[in-house]
Amino acid sequence: MANLLTVKNLSVHYKIQSGWVYAVDGVNFELKKGETMGLVGESGCGKTTTGYGITQLLASNAYVKSNSKVIFDGKDLIKIGTYPSKKYDGYRKIDEFNAGMREYRWARISMIFQGAMNAFNPVYTVGDQIIEAILAHENMTEQEARKRVEELYHLVGIPKDRIDNYPHEYSGGMKQRAMIAMSLALNPDLIIADEPTTALDVVTQDRILGEMVRLQERENVAMVLITHDVSVVAEMAHKMAVMYAGHLVEKGTAREIFKETAHPYTEALLKAFPSIKGEKKRLRSIPGSPPDLANPPKGCRFAPRCPYAKDICLEKEPPAIEISPGHITKCHFAEELYGELAGGE
Amino acid sequence: MVNWRVVSKMAEDDRKVIVKVRNLKKYFELHTGMFKFMGEPIYVKAVDGISFDLHEGEIIGLVGESGCGKTTTGRLLTRLEDPTDGSVIFEGKDIAKLKGKDLKWYRRNVQMIFQDPYESLNPRFTVQKTIMEPLIIHGIGETYDDKVEMVIKALEDAGLRPAEEYLTRFPHELSGGQRQRVAIARALVLRPQFIVADEPVSMLDVSIRAGVMNLMLDLREKYKIPFIFITHDIAVARYMSDRIAVMYLGKVVEMGETEEVIFNHLHPYTRALISAVPVPDPEHKHGRVEIKGEIPSPINLPPGCRFWPRCPYAQKGLCDKKEPPLKEVSPGHFVACHFAERFLEEEQGEKTMEI
Repeated sequence: MANLLTVKNLSVHYKIQSGWVYAVDGVNFELKKGETMGLVGESGCGKTTTGYGITQLLASNAYVKSNSKVIFDGKDLIKIGTYPSKKYDGYRKIDEFNAGMREYRWARISMIFQGAMNAFNPVYTVGDQIIEAILAHENMTEQEARKRVEELYHLVGIPKDRIDNYPHEYSGGMKQRAMIAMSLALNPDLIIADEPTTALDVVTQDRILGEMVRLQERENVAMVLITHDVSVVAEMAHKMAVMYAGHLVEKGTAREIFKETAHPYTEALLKAFPSIKGEKKRLRSIPGSPPDLANPPKGCRFAPRCPYAKDICLEKEPPAIEISPGHITKCHFAEELYGELAGGE
Repeated sequence: MVNWRVVSKMAEDDRKVIVKVRNLKKYFELHTGMFKFMGEPIYVKAVDGISFDLHEGEIIGLVGESGCGKTTTGRLLTRLEDPTDGSVIFEGKDIAKLKGKDLKWYRRNVQMIFQDPYESLNPRFTVQKTIMEPLIIHGIGETYDDKVEMVIKALEDAGLRPAEEYLTRFPHELSGGQRQRVAIARALVLRPQFIVADEPVSMLDVSIRAGVMNLMLDLREKYKIPFIFITHDIAVARYMSDRIAVMYLGKVVEMGETEEVIFNHLHPYTRALISAVPVPDPEHKHGRVEIKGEIPSPINLPPGCRFWPRCPYAQKGLCDKKEPPLKEVSPGHFVACHFAERFLEEEQGEKTMEI
């Protein structure tokens, strides 16, 4: 099966007064139809920028490197949504008013935004906002669009009579469900979910994640799940990619990442996570703090915090090594460490 | 590594009780002011009769969904709210009745760590001023140099080394984890008898979170300070606490040793809550225990057991009529459910079958 989405060498840098912030640097991944990929990392590692980079919903000071490619269903979205920057060589600027992207945004690639609490406009009813999204893309009457919203509400489990309520009349979980309904409104092929359940209680979170899996299987939608919570990814995702300081340091199936960890950062991340299963173990924190991305370290970006780092790590950026088919890690010592690192049990 | 669980178990019975909470209640009145005279007053029963003892060197984890009253309980213990009814006994005094000097004395002995270190530190105070403030207020330390020394000691205890480097910094120069460590140092500098920590790690990043949690466990080892640890994250509560109390709509529904509550829970709500926690293991397939509906509004509490409208085991005529008391079903394990004994028998039955 052909890939639905191929991200190749995606680099998104932000221009600031004193130079550049290298937020995302050379990220590669692929996604097939109906697949879920979990994108995990600490805050500031570039996971949200990567996700939003796919549809180029980025701040006005964001520039995409010219060799970046985001191929969605055979078309390069970078070519459509950006033009070569006149000011900075080798960069492309985002074309905010490009009509070409409109075909893709929401209609084919939709998003579930971080903190659905604030993603809705408080002065319009939730139903109106979803109807507006439908009417903007499809040739429908308002009645037909309303019918569609009713279907969607049924799908995500909100009573029909809540369509005409304002966002403040919804509970947090309901807003999140409405957000999911809105993301499904135009039958997209890909959903980018940015921390979809972070602000919710466990019981609500569990229900919404369950619902997302059900809907996804039914509609065969692919999903990029951006989160800092590795346990959510363990439950939801087929594939997993770990980001650190703008680099994708390891990717593979969720099982490979958890059980056959091949990057020291992934190991450290998994060891910092408490679990309610198994024996209680002392958690290990990662010493130091993530690097300043305006001034990233020369070699491996994790080297200053890495317990296995040697001289070469501080000098040379590690290449991406395919340690087993499809399981890729960016570490000089991947082969030595493979099988030695303890993943989450 | 010291196994703190074994340590705390060994000292089980002869440990000193630091705080005794009995039937603590907090009702917030709605429609105050002009509307007060219009009809019956309406109350939000945020905390509705909870009791427990906090022992020396013990960490109790208060868990529950948002709105269950866990934060209000923490604020009542620190007297940031005045209780409606019930008592909190500390060193033989009921703190609900303290005023003036006595209240100041109490405040010296109990400290709080707040959720958001970006909000809980004054942006215009340097780290030194932030931590020295309580010493000045309570008149501790004879000279200025004594105070600075105490501040440095507290910073070192909180893992900020070398402490001298941090003294002149402002909060905006610190990372989230460092800020929370400053907040911990501020709580520690008075050598309190106990600390209430309200979601102290939920705003922190994963890698930093583990460090702050380990720090609090180490401080407990070192100074035997008991903690009330409030959190919505059950995995965090399991890691931190010796005992866990599960709250639902202002009541404790289950309480016991941490592992007992996590693995041998008896209350249907605890069961649903724990089954909903995601596990960082892709091979783990959990049996979801789905509960119906949403948490009801604390203004219109259902009669009888508060959980019955959502409970899969609810029995008409019993659960919706009679409120179950918090009973001790096995040593140290308290459950507020009419069917707790039956669940316990079933569980023990299953265990013997397995053997």
